[in-house]
Amino acid sequence: MKTRTFLGFVAPSMAVMLLFIALPLVSVLWQSLHNTQRVFREQSVESCSPSFIGQTCVTEKRMQPVLDAEGRPVSETRFIGLESYRLLLAPELLSKAVRGVSGAFDELMRQDFYRALRFTLTFALVTLPFVLLIGLGLALGVDTLAKIWRGPMIFVSLLPYVITPVVGALSIRWLFIGDGILTAGLSALAGTKLSLFAQGWTIELLMILYRIWHIAPFAFVVFYAGLQTLDRSQIEAAVIDGATRAQRLRYVVLPHLMPLIVFVALIHLMDSYRVFEEIIGFSAQAHRISLQWLTFHYLTPDHTGNRAVSRASASAILTIIGVAILLLPLVIRTWRDRAREA
Amino acid sequence: MGGSHDRGLGPGLWLVTRTLLAIWFVVAAFPLFWMAAMSIRLPIDAFSSNPLRVLLGPETARLGGGGPIGFTGDHYKAVWIDNAFHRQFVNSMIVTFSVVTISVSIGALAAYGLARSKSRLAFWLLMTALIFRAMPHSVLVAGYLPVFANSREWLQPLWDMPGLGALLRLMAAEPPTLYGKPFGVIMVLVAINQPFTIWMLRSFFMNIPAELDEAAQIDGCTPFGAFWRVILPVMGPGVLTTALFSFLLAYNDYLVAALLLDAQSQTMVPTISQYVNSENNLTDQLRAIAAAVSITAPLFLLVLVFQKRIVAGLTLGAVKG
Repeated sequence: MKTRTFLGFVAPSMAVMLLFIALPLVSVLWQSLHNTQRVFREQSVESCSPSFIGQTCVTEKRMQPVLDAEGRPVSETRFIGLESYRLLLAPELLSKAVRGVSGAFDELMRQDFYRALRFTLTFALVTLPFVLLIGLGLALGVDTLAKIWRGPMIFVSLLPYVITPVVGALSIRWLFIGDGILTAGLSALAGTKLSLFAQGWTIELLMILYRIWHIAPFAFVVFYAGLQTLDRSQIEAAVIDGATRAQRLRYVVLPHLMPLIVFVALIHLMDSYRVFEEIIGFSAQAHRISLQWLTFHYLTPDHTGNRAVSRASASAILTIIGVAILLLPLVIRTWRDRAREA
Repeated sequence: MGGSHDRGLGPGLWLVTRTLLAIWFVVAAFPLFWMAAMSIRLPIDAFSSNPLRVLLGPETARLGGGGPIGFTGDHYKAVWIDNAFHRQFVNSMIVTFSVVTISVSIGALAAYGLARSKSRLAFWLLMTALIFRAMPHSVLVAGYLPVFANSREWLQPLWDMPGLGALLRLMAAEPPTLYGKPFGVIMVLVAINQPFTIWMLRSFFMNIPAELDEAAQIDGCTPFGAFWRVILPVMGPGVLTTALFSFLLAYNDYLVAALLLDAQSQTMVPTISQYVNSENNLTDQLRAIAAAVSITAPLFLLVLVFQKRIVAGLTLGAVKG
C-alpha cells in the first residue's frame, strides 16, 4: 500500500486520537504546573450600625473578588512549578517514612495519594491471578461439556461481564449491605452479627471479589475461543505418546494459549489500574479510594463550585507514570512480538 | 471444531468439574436475579432476611390482592413515569449509537490501512494506540474540562475569520459550547474507544487475504473502492463483534458522562448514583434497584441475541491479535 493511501485511511482515526487523547495529555501536563484562581483584592470596608449616640462604625479589611467591565469575576493563571505535586506527594513525610521515623509510615498511608496508590496496586495485582485462573478453569471446564450445555453456560457467564460496572457493583452491594440476604446468611453461620460495610478491609475484599466476578468471564470467553482454534491432532499425538492429562495441559494447551494469557493480563492490568466504578457503587470513599477516583474527586466541583484542576492534573500525571511502570514488561513483550512479525 | 480433546474424564474429575461449573453458574447469575426479584416486591418483602419472602413476595401478594406470587410495578412506575427516566434513556441511546457508528467507521478505515501496510509508521501507530489504551479516563477528562468549559471563547477567533468564519456561521451562529452537551462526550468516548477498535478490527482484516483487494484493484477499483465494495462485505462478523464492544464501552460509561454532561443531557448510568445516594428510606432504594434492572435489561437482550457472535468473533479475530 502506498504511503499516501495509507495516510488517507488512517487519517480520521488518528485525528480523533490526536485531538482527544494526545492533546489532552499535553494540556494536563501544562495544567499540573499552573494554577488558575479568581483574583481577589483587599478592600477596606466601613460598615456602620445605628447606636445610642450617632452610629458605630467599624472599618475592616475584606477580600473582594475583582470584576471585569462586564461584571464577571476575573481569574488569573500563574506558574506554580511542582507545587501541586508537592501537595500530593508530601516529600518531607515520604523521606521521614523512608528513614524509618516512628509513625511516619502510618501518617504517610493516611495521605490521599498514598492510600489511593496502595489500594489501586493491591486491587490490580490481587485480582490478576484469580481472573486468569478462574477464566482458564472455566474455559477448560466448559470445553468438556456437551454442546447443548455450552450455550447456557456461556450466556450466564457473559452476564457479569457485560453488566454496567456501577450497576454490577450495586447488585453485589445490595446482597451484603445492612441486613442484605448474604450478610444475614453469613451472620447466621458465624453466630454473630456481621457488618460488612463498617470497616475498610471488608469493603476492599468485596470490591476485589466483585472485580473477579466481573472480569473472569472475559478471560473465560477469550480462552474458550482460543481452545476452539487448538489443533486437535496435536492432542491426539500427545495421547499416543502417553502424555497424562496434566502433561497435555502443561505442554500443549498452555503454550497454545500463552499469547492470549498475556493479552488478557495486559488488558486486565490496564483496566483494574483504573479502578473507579467500585468506589462509586460501594460508596467506599470514606474507607478506600483509588487513583482514578482521586482525579475524579478533584475534578468534581466543591461546595464553592471550584474544581481543583491543577491538583487533578498532577494526580493524573502521577497515575500515568504508575501505569507506565506497571505495564512496561508486558508492553515490551508485545513490542518484540510485533517487531518480529513486521 | 475442538471440544472433544478433553473428553473422557474419569468419574472423579467429571464430578469435580460439574460441581465447580454449577457453582459458577449460580454465582454468575445470582446477584442479577436477586436484583430483579427485589425490584418487583414491596419493601416489606424485598428487605426481609428470609430469602423465601423475597422470592415469593407473600405480603406483596396479599396487599396487591391476588395471585400466589407477589408482584408490584410501583418502583418501575416511579422511576420511568414520575421521574421521567425515559429522558436519560434517550440520552444514553443518542450517545451510545453515535459512538458505535463513528467509532466503527473510522476505526475500520484505520484498521484496514494498518493491516495492509508493512511500514514502520504503521507499527509505531499501533504501539502508540496500545499505550493510549492504558490511559485512565479521568486523566483525559482532566485535560478536556477547562477547554470544553471555555470552548466558545476559544473557538470564537475561527468564527471571526474572514471566509472560513462565514462558512462556520452557516452551520452554527455561535461557536458551540462542548461542555454539558452530548457532542463532546461522544467524541471523547470515540477517541477512548479507538485503540481497542483498531486493534480488534485489524486482526480481522489480517485474516482476509490481501489477494482479494489486489484483484479488485486490478479490476479497476480505487483503494477505497476495494475496501468498500470487496473487503467490507466479507467483514460482517468482525464489524459486528467490534461494534458490540464499542456499545458496551459507551453504554456502561460512568466517569466521562458524570463529569462532562449537564443534568439535562445526562445518561442513565450516572443518574442511578443519585438514587443510591438518596437512600434515606427503603422505597428509594427499591427505586434505585428498579433503575438498575432497567439499565441491565438491554444488555441482557444484547447477550441473548449476540452470544454466538461474541464467541465466534473472538475466535476469528482478537484471539490472534
